[in-house]
Amino acid sequence: MATVRVLPVQCTGCGDCIASCPVAAIEMRGGEAFITDACTACGICVTACPAEAIEMEHVKPAARPSEPSRGVWVFAELRHGRLVGVSRELVAKGRQLADRTGTELTALVFGLDVGAPARELVALGADRVLGAEHPALELFHDDAYVEACVALAAGERPEIMLCGGTVLGRAFFPRVAARLGTGLTADCTSLEIDGESGILLQTRPAYGGSLLATIACPDRRPQMATVRPKVFTAGAADPGRTGEIVIRRDWEGVIRPRTKVLEVLEEVVQTVNIADADIVVAGGRGMGSAENFGLLEQLAKALGGAVAASRAPVDAGWVPYARQVGQTGKTVCPKLYIACGISGQVQHLVGMQSADVIVAINKDPQAPIFSVATYGIVGDALEIVPLLIKALGRGSRG
Amino acid sequence: MKIVVCIKQVPDTVHVRINERTGAMEREGVPAVVNPYDLYALEEALRLREAHGGSVAALTMGPPQAEAVLREAIALGADEGYHLSGREFAGGDTLATSYALARAVERIGEVRLVLCGKQAIDGDTAQVGPELAEHLGLPFLGFVRRVREAHPGRIVVERMTEEGADAVESPLPAVLSVVKEINTPRLPSLKGKMRAKSFKATTWNAAAIGADETRLGFAGSPTKVVKVFHPEARRGGEIIAGEPAEAVARLAERLRSQGFC
Amino acid sequence: MDYFLTEQQLMIRETARQVARERIVPVRAELDEKEEFPWEVVKACAAADLFAIWVPEAYGGLGGGILDLCVCVEELSRACAGVAVSYAASALGTIPIVLFGSEEQKAKYLPDVAAGRKLGAFALTEAGAGSDASGVQTTARRDGDHYVLNGTKQWITNGGDAETYTVVAITDRSRGPRGASAFIVEKGTPGFTFGKKEIKMGIRSSSTRELVFTDCRVPKENLLGREGQGFIIAMKTLDKSRPGIGAQALGIAQGAFDEAVAYSRQRVQFGHPISSFQAVQHMLANMAIKIEASRSLIYSVARFIDSGVKDYSKESAMAKVFPSDTAMEVTTDAVQILGGYGYMRDYPVEKMMRDAKITQIYEGTNQVIRNVIGLALVKEFAKHVQA
Repeated sequence: MATVRVLPVQCTGCGDCIASCPVAAIEMRGGEAFITDACTACGICVTACPAEAIEMEHVKPAARPSEPSRGVWVFAELRHGRLVGVSRELVAKGRQLADRTGTELTALVFGLDVGAPARELVALGADRVLGAEHPALELFHDDAYVEACVALAAGERPEIMLCGGTVLGRAFFPRVAARLGTGLTADCTSLEIDGESGILLQTRPAYGGSLLATIACPDRRPQMATVRPKVFTAGAADPGRTGEIVIRRDWEGVIRPRTKVLEVLEEVVQTVNIADADIVVAGGRGMGSAENFGLLEQLAKALGGAVAASRAPVDAGWVPYARQVGQTGKTVCPKLYIACGISGQVQHLVGMQSADVIVAINKDPQAPIFSVATYGIVGDALEIVPLLIKALGRGSRG
Repeated sequence: MKIVVCIKQVPDTVHVRINERTGAMEREGVPAVVNPYDLYALEEALRLREAHGGSVAALTMGPPQAEAVLREAIALGADEGYHLSGREFAGGDTLATSYALARAVERIGEVRLVLCGKQAIDGDTAQVGPELAEHLGLPFLGFVRRVREAHPGRIVVERMTEEGADAVESPLPAVLSVVKEINTPRLPSLKGKMRAKSFKATTWNAAAIGADETRLGFAGSPTKVVKVFHPEARRGGEIIAGEPAEAVARLAERLRSQGFC
Repeated sequence: MDYFLTEQQLMIRETARQVARERIVPVRAELDEKEEFPWEVVKACAAADLFAIWVPEAYGGLGGGILDLCVCVEELSRACAGVAVSYAASALGTIPIVLFGSEEQKAKYLPDVAAGRKLGAFALTEAGAGSDASGVQTTARRDGDHYVLNGTKQWITNGGDAETYTVVAITDRSRGPRGASAFIVEKGTPGFTFGKKEIKMGIRSSSTRELVFTDCRVPKENLLGREGQGFIIAMKTLDKSRPGIGAQALGIAQGAFDEAVAYSRQRVQFGHPISSFQAVQHMLANMAIKIEASRSLIYSVARFIDSGVKDYSKESAMAKVFPSDTAMEVTTDAVQILGGYGYMRDYPVEKMMRDAKITQIYEGTNQVIRNVIGLALVKEFAKHVQA
């Protein structure tokens, strides 16, 4: 059963693996590393070993799936009857994967009336759209989504199934995976087809984003993955494209939701959703107080951006959770991210390090944020930000 | 009302460091902790017990040292602790883990409600909760931020949605996953800690819960780790030096030249 | 340094430390600023069973000794002295019941105290009776099945927020030192009201109020011990709880020291962290020596008291005087090390300096306490000579 082994000849007894093991499953025995039963096969020690003396049973590229399967499927989510951003992004990615495997791209779309989104999905690149219409699908009745999805997928066994890592996706997609007895990888940041084996290589962050792990589902089908918004890029819609649209309306005996949505409480959402903004101005503990976030509002206004925060200001109650960027908040990928008084802990970086341009302002020259910043100023954000607002206000010189 | 709370022992990723030489992650010597989200689930379970009576059992799957999280649950007020322990369980992905937990919940018996934290801070998948519900054939309510009503046969909760929240009613038994907004977890008490000292977990292996070993652990996991590596370090750029006004002027110039203003 | 605390004491320390870190530190500045009584923190302490420490097991407590109590007070004080004194004063106000109460009195009052449902307060001081306790003017006149209390107590910690008060009043002036008695008085008893809340230099979240007794009728069942034992009860209570004040001072000093060390390692001047300058290192060294000496003294005295010895006034007095003087010195030095930042309200040390001062004053000013020690020394010496 042991899948992670120490190669005795190569092991130098340096102990780096012991320090890296998150579950303390490695001990030194007679000057050599020994992996105990506590091992959870996460593979981190393999990377940590400077002598490459640890190996993990690799997925054999020649593995053949136990069931034949075909096609790339993407679940497209609707909100207020319209496609959400991540679904458009996944259709683009799905199109790419379908082309790569020489198969068809099918999009699933559920709701009360899905005709228009179905046509848009074809325009975005789906060869076929399978729609499900039923009153229970208008709001998020988990069971209805699970049953409809399973019914459609079980019949055909797609090879790959993708879904957005939204609240809805994360609630129902794992249930589909469990029902189909297959593997699901969450929050993938990269999806590629392995050249030799043809299986889907799913890469995602692990341990708070400090490492990346590539996962595969060699034997079961479909290979399922969820992807967060803004990881992939949506393609352009081509109204000239054609595709098959099949909408099923009879779900008698299949859709019988046990739960009931009693009411929808839509909260007052900030006018600019930070995940959609091209420019984000974020504040951290260094801003000092809720009042000082007013400075960031001014800076954001001057640039036409949105205000966000790292975890500390949210925990302190200075800003609402909807503005939190980081591992336990939102991931943003703007063109410009200005970090004010944010130290740049790994948990925060995960949420913003793919921004095009990062500006960091922090009074600690050792702050980790500077290691990812395109431009940095060492100084007190409370002093620098007002100066920046003024400098930007002067506008470009004629 | 009999409630089971699934808790997991995780390395404290908040205190993770990256070894500069190897690029690998290193724990700072801070002991493993209870997955923070699970504490919110446990707190909610304790509050439901206080309001409606019944019992709270903590359930964990993990190596021998994971018993510590059950002890902490007892110190906080849980009535019982169950530990799925054995080589057969190790290395499982979310499907294998949720299958094992489901069999354990069935062995505990007469469970009305299963509570989980939203996700574990090491795996971050948030998949065990919904998959557990599926193995048990129970309704699943995810991202619960408030329990509005709890009755013997049904529950009404508020779930977070992308744009706010909705209120959902479900029959019981059911599985819920909770978010941090739901409550503020209590701290362990002296009397609780004393109770925890003399606590002995009920330890089960695969046979005890009637689990099919081919569906457990590494062997029972459809997903496999191919490799683990460190992300390409994004290299730092330019530190703009100088007196504040000067540095700011230069920054503004750079931003302008890139079309940001 | 390891003080070989018992398992229960270690558990108490860990629990109090967690409460301090997660419930007190985040709100201490605001509580100090707004001078608000820390009810939420009190609830957290109660939920953690911290109020059970000094109450015997038979009444829902943990039956802990003075060292157990000191360990708890020290951890809470490290975070905020104002919160810690609200906790400690509850002990002071109800320890008389533990020591001198009848079975009925203990059964009636202690369970609520142990559960943290009701707080206690100790009322001896008056406008004319501070260091000179014999100056007490509040009277308690027997009238049928009641005692009628008249008078005003001053500067009572937890005054107004506590439910259970131990009040010392004169029952027979002609009997001098045997003329006072101690009573348990419940908040809400007709004739028992409170004066204004004092505005203080430090421990601002703690409530300090006058207690006003106007023909307040207290049932005779609430007499603690016997008539005439009032001052004995007060002295024995104070002797027992003085190490607790020492612990409060110790906690304040430790908290200030931690801030000073952390700051000195971060603050860079002339290209070096200031912790590398000998002047600063010597200050830190002196602070550390005094803190460790305070801790050793308090813990030793507490253990001594817990061992069951009958006479410990001198030692207990020492365990209050030295740590409180230490706290004042250490917090002043901490502010100095933080320099300009130390003077700013944004940083926690100026509050700690303001908080430390009271520990040299209440539960016996350090001057009157030195009298106590001096007298004890003279007595001991006289005994020696005779032998």
